[in-house]
Amino acid sequence: MAQAAESRKRGKARASEPATEHLIRAYHDMLLIRRFEERAGQLYGMGLIGGFCHLYIGQEAVVVGVQMALKEGDQVITSYRDHGHMLATGMAPRGVMAELTGRSGGYSHGKGGSMHMFSREKNFFGGHGIVGAQVSLGAGLAFANAYRGNDNVSVTYFGEGASNQGQVYESFNLAALLKLPVVFVIENNRYGMGTSVERSSASKNLSLNGAPWGIPGRQVDGMNVVAVHAAAVEAVAHCRAGNGPFLLEMQTYRYRGHSMSDPAKYRTREEVQKMRAEHDPIDHLRAQLAEAGVDEAKLKSIEDDVKAVIQDAAEFAQTSPEPDPSELWTDVLAEA
Amino acid sequence: MSTQILMPALSPTMTEGKLARWLKKVGDAVRAGDVIAEIETDKATMEVEAVDEGKIAQILVEEGTEGVAVNTPIAVLAGEGDGAAPAAKAAPPAPAPRPAPSPAPAAAVQTQAHTAAEKDWGAQAPITVREALRDAMAAEMRRDGDVLLLGEEVAQYQGAYKISQGLLDEFGPKRVIDMPIAEHGFTGMAVGAAMTGLKPILEFMTFNFAMQAIDHIINSAAKTRYMSGGQMHCPIVFRGPNGAASRVAAQHSQCYASWYAHVPGLKVIAPWSSADAKGLLRAAIRDPNPVIFLENEILYGQTFDCPTDDAFILPIGRAKIERPGSDVTIVAFSIMVGVALQAAEALAAEGISAEVINLRTLRPLDTETIVASVKKTSRLVTVEEGWPFAGIGAEVCMQIIEHCFDWLDAPPSRVHGLDVPLPYAANLEKLALPQPDWVADAARKLMHGAR
Repeated sequence: MAQAAESRKRGKARASEPATEHLIRAYHDMLLIRRFEERAGQLYGMGLIGGFCHLYIGQEAVVVGVQMALKEGDQVITSYRDHGHMLATGMAPRGVMAELTGRSGGYSHGKGGSMHMFSREKNFFGGHGIVGAQVSLGAGLAFANAYRGNDNVSVTYFGEGASNQGQVYESFNLAALLKLPVVFVIENNRYGMGTSVERSSASKNLSLNGAPWGIPGRQVDGMNVVAVHAAAVEAVAHCRAGNGPFLLEMQTYRYRGHSMSDPAKYRTREEVQKMRAEHDPIDHLRAQLAEAGVDEAKLKSIEDDVKAVIQDAAEFAQTSPEPDPSELWTDVLAEA
Repeated sequence: MSTQILMPALSPTMTEGKLARWLKKVGDAVRAGDVIAEIETDKATMEVEAVDEGKIAQILVEEGTEGVAVNTPIAVLAGEGDGAAPAAKAAPPAPAPRPAPSPAPAAAVQTQAHTAAEKDWGAQAPITVREALRDAMAAEMRRDGDVLLLGEEVAQYQGAYKISQGLLDEFGPKRVIDMPIAEHGFTGMAVGAAMTGLKPILEFMTFNFAMQAIDHIINSAAKTRYMSGGQMHCPIVFRGPNGAASRVAAQHSQCYASWYAHVPGLKVIAPWSSADAKGLLRAAIRDPNPVIFLENEILYGQTFDCPTDDAFILPIGRAKIERPGSDVTIVAFSIMVGVALQAAEALAAEGISAEVINLRTLRPLDTETIVASVKKTSRLVTVEEGWPFAGIGAEVCMQIIEHCFDWLDAPPSRVHGLDVPLPYAANLEKLALPQPDWVADAARKLMHGAR
């Protein structure tokens, strides 16, 4: 579990040009997410994970690149496509996977599931199942930072589908009005369920969606972790300095369906294959590392470590007991 | 080591499907993430990806096969350095069925033992409900720097209904903050802030406008503690006037008591007097849970005696017997407590002794106090301004049926607002809202039924 333990020690702000060792770290984290999601897909297929399960495969560079720009105390909040965000903030793969299987060893003791998980320790505020709700909540995390006068930043992720929600613009207005330290990250994976961004949004450049409120925005190649990191460094610095919110549109792609039960009739197999073949963020970074002189044995050892961590998480998630029936009645209300 | 690849499920309800196509054949090397096959149901097609790397050693189910049960081995994957021996690893067992859920610990949920009488707070002085609410917020804001007030017109305007008069002057713009007209957004923001431990008081200009924000009240505030296994909490108060005011018609005159009282994870309070308002708002602000605090615009200007003790506070979840009696129990909340007391006065003149219970808190409901009263009087009338269907009165009646059916001398009776959107015309509005004589009539009918 050395890797998992290490991956929990995230937090130091880094220079905008990541050194090779940081890119190796990024490679590890992206691969961890990829392998985790593949395994989650498998466990879902075996009936061990129920309900909705939204996989992050293809989008790994976004969350890993942004996380590299954060420090201890910064908060992260996102939608229901949240497994990658949790792993990136350093939450334990065992606890996340066991929540997916609805077991007592899960982060929410099996009461939240794939879409509703939290970690106070890692400042991960969910895991929200209602499209767009996390955007207002994320502004609230930033509000609390401003109220307390600390320099923490709230990183609030949402999809391009959520970007059509009214509360997103109410939150933009509030964040700009109150100068809240929030980085709004639109993960534009091109499809809100089965509806392409062209068919859902009249706005052609989502990074400009905050412009009426004076929120600076950048369009970023979300398949490139170095580009993501550079943009995140700029955005986070802007917020930390008390200049109010910042908007990043990450242009990314999800390989898998919206959820596990997705007939995938709205896009061609060729489109998906082309993205995988030509723009895969992990393949791209691996090639970059090899070019930078990182030897094959090192990369292979990372891959083996990740494989072992995921194997361990999957076993834990299947052997951890189901929650005790008494869990039904706990955590409804806090003791007054 | 070789592993079996199993027939996957597309959804929790799928039991079997068609293995539509193999994209790999025996002997092919696969990497984790490679698509190896396609399966179909009547609803969807899904690609099956390899989770491990290795070589396809055996295909166990030919493509085109229909009715393949979920979790049936469909192929064997040989790991690195492995022979192509058929795998022996058994499919992991499906999770055991959950034990039947245990019944609700009903007593713990709905009633608590109330042995202690209400504390005597000593000297009282008359103040309006408006002043009581303001004083409660000011007292808690002085006591705790994490308490703040947000809402439309709460700061510079001094409150749309002047509830927050003077608070901006005392606490400054950092803690008393005007919001734009954006209930959905600012409610989400306040809930997010509460998740970090701040204790916002969120004023809705009226609860009618909270419908714009009800997703955050219920999905974000009420459920998060449970969904997080107790990690997150949300100490927030949602307050503002609820129900009918005067001649503002349907969209501005709705009682939301039963809406919120329906939801686990919320506490719901509906004060009547100045003491209720002050004592319960202080308790609501200190409570670590999301609390709905339903005020009434018409009561704002009414004056009641209220304890002057600086420490005065009331417990959430306790009803108050406002007028003791022996013949019939009248249960009411908010402005209807006054209506019930007027009815009790009229009934007394006829020799009928009515006990009037002010619920104060709707969730958790003080069933114990109501049950004790009905066991004494054997008759129940509930009074609410809101609509009857699935209302608070319906719930109170059901609690009585469950807890003391055999003590009843007559069927419980509900008095409520008429089941129509509230009309504007003065005469129609009056006809739609419970009046004291409605309550007295209901009580008389129960008494006559017994004779």
